[in-house]
Amino acid sequence: MVAAESITVHYGARRALDGVSLAVAAGEWHGVLGPNGGGKSTLFRVLATLLRPDGGRFTVAGETAAERIRARIGVVFQSQSLDRRLTVAQNLEAQGNLYGLAGAVLVGRTERLLRQFQLTGREHEPVEQLSGGLARRVEIAKALLHEPAVLLLDEPTTGLDPAARREWLDLLTALRRERELTVLMTTHLLDEAERCDRLTLLHEGRVAAGGTPAALKGEVGGDVVEFGTADPARVASRYAEASPVVGEGWVRFVTPGGARFAAQVADALPGVIESIAVQRPTLEDVFFRHTGARL
Amino acid sequence: MKFRLAAWALGRRELQRFWGERSRVAGYVASPLLFWVVVGSGFGDLEYFFAGALTMTVMFSAMFSMMSLIEDRREGFLLSVLVSPAPRAAIVLGKVGGAALLAWLQGLIVLGGVFFTSLRHDAAALVGVAGALLLTALLLTVVSYVVAWRLRSTQGFHAVINLLLVPAWMLSGAIFNPALSFAWVRGLMQVNPLYYAQSLVRAFLVDGGQGGPDVRVAVAVLVVSTLLAGVAAVRGTK
Repeated sequence: MVAAESITVHYGARRALDGVSLAVAAGEWHGVLGPNGGGKSTLFRVLATLLRPDGGRFTVAGETAAERIRARIGVVFQSQSLDRRLTVAQNLEAQGNLYGLAGAVLVGRTERLLRQFQLTGREHEPVEQLSGGLARRVEIAKALLHEPAVLLLDEPTTGLDPAARREWLDLLTALRRERELTVLMTTHLLDEAERCDRLTLLHEGRVAAGGTPAALKGEVGGDVVEFGTADPARVASRYAEASPVVGEGWVRFVTPGGARFAAQVADALPGVIESIAVQRPTLEDVFFRHTGARL
Repeated sequence: MKFRLAAWALGRRELQRFWGERSRVAGYVASPLLFWVVVGSGFGDLEYFFAGALTMTVMFSAMFSMMSLIEDRREGFLLSVLVSPAPRAAIVLGKVGGAALLAWLQGLIVLGGVFFTSLRHDAAALVGVAGALLLTALLLTVVSYVVAWRLRSTQGFHAVINLLLVPAWMLSGAIFNPALSFAWVRGLMQVNPLYYAQSLVRAFLVDGGQGGPDVRVAVAVLVVSTLLAGVAAVRGTK
C-alpha cells in the first residue's frame, strides 16, 4: 500500500534521509521507530506530499502524483490541525468540503464518526474547550472523513497523558478490527511500537532494521543484563569476552541465562555492583543493538 | 464544483473565526472610526483624510487577517489543507476571498461616516466607493498573502508588511494631496498601485477627484496588480 525506494532528503548540507526504503502491505499497521531527529518526521512529510524528496521514488495506494495521493491519505499531524476557534462540527464540515464532500453524504459520515468516537453531543463545542484526549479523537475522525486507503500518523499521541494515550491506541486498534485500514505511524515510544504489526527502525536518516516486533526482539538472543556501578570500566574489562556496552554509571550485556550471569558477576565483584536488572530484550535493546544509540 | 466547495470551506472559516471572537467584532467597528476622527482632527482636515481612513481601514484589516497564516501553515489547520486534494488556486481564493470580504465590510462601516461630512454621499457615489474599496481589499489581501507565505515568523511578517504597505499607503495620496508634492514623489506614486486605489476612492467622494488618474485606468491597474499577485500567491502555495 505504501512503497518507498531510496528516498533521500537534504536540508542544506545535512542529509535528513539517506536512501530510505520501506514497504507497507495493505491492512498493515506499520511503525517507524526512532529517536527525535532520526528522520521520522521528514519521511512522514515526504509521504504526506508536503516535501518533495531530492532522490528516490514512492507510491501510496498505487499513486505517484501528489494530487492523486492526497485524495487517498488521511493525515494526523503531531501538532493540532483543528481550528481551535471553530466547533467540532465546523471543523469536520470544512474538512469534508476540502475533499469534495457535502450534503447528505457528509452529514451521514460525520454523524457516524461522532458516534463511533463518542463525540455525539459535543459537536457544537469549540475545539478549544475540549480536553487533549478528546481533541485527538476529533483529529482522527477528521482524518477518516473521506475514507482514506492509508492513514499517516506523525507521533499522534504527543502531548497526551498515559491514560489518554492508551485510550487513543485502543481506539485505533478497534477501528482496524472493523475495517481494513493501512496505518503508517511514526513514534519514539516503545509501547506504541509494540502494538504495530511491523516496524522500520530509523536512525540518522537510514533504515537500521525492520521486521515484526517479536522477530526483532528474537534476534537480540538471550537476556539483557544491566549493572549499575560507579566503575563501569572495571566490570567491562573483567568480562570483555561477553561484549559489554559501557555507559555512564552502567554496563550492559546480552547473554543467555541472564540471571545466572548476574549472580556470578555480583559474587565476583563485591561492592562494585550497585544495582542489577535482568530482562527480556525490549525494542530499546533491538534499537541499541543495531545503532549503538538509545531511543 | 470541488473547486468552489474547497474555496467556500476556507472563506467560510475566515468568517466563522471572526464571528467567534467578540472582542474582534467590537474593535472591528470602533477602532477605524476613532482613527479617522483623531488623525483627521490632528491634520485639521477631517474631509481630506476621510478617503485615507477608508483605505487604511481596509489595509490593516487585510494585514491582520493574514498574520495568522504563518503559524497556521507550519503547525495548524492549514497543514491539513495542504495535504488535501483541494486545488491550490481554491486555497488562495478561499483564504483571500474571506479575508477581503471582512476587510471590505469594515471599510463600508467606516464609509458610514461620510454622512457627517460634506463629501458626496448620493447613491452613485456610495456604490462607486464600495466598488473601489472592494478592489483595494482584494489587492491588499492577496499581497499580504504572498508576503505571509514567504516568511517564517509573525514578527518577520510584521516587519516586511509594514515596510511594504505602510509607505505605499502614505505615498498613495492618503495623507497629502499629490498635486502639492515634489515631482519625484509624484513620479513614485505613478508606480504605486495604492495611489490608484486611493484616487479611485476619492474620485467618487469629491467631484473631479482632485485631478487623479482616469477611473478606467485606476480600475485596470488595480485589477491587473491583483491578478499578478494572485498568480504569485497560487505559485507560492506549497
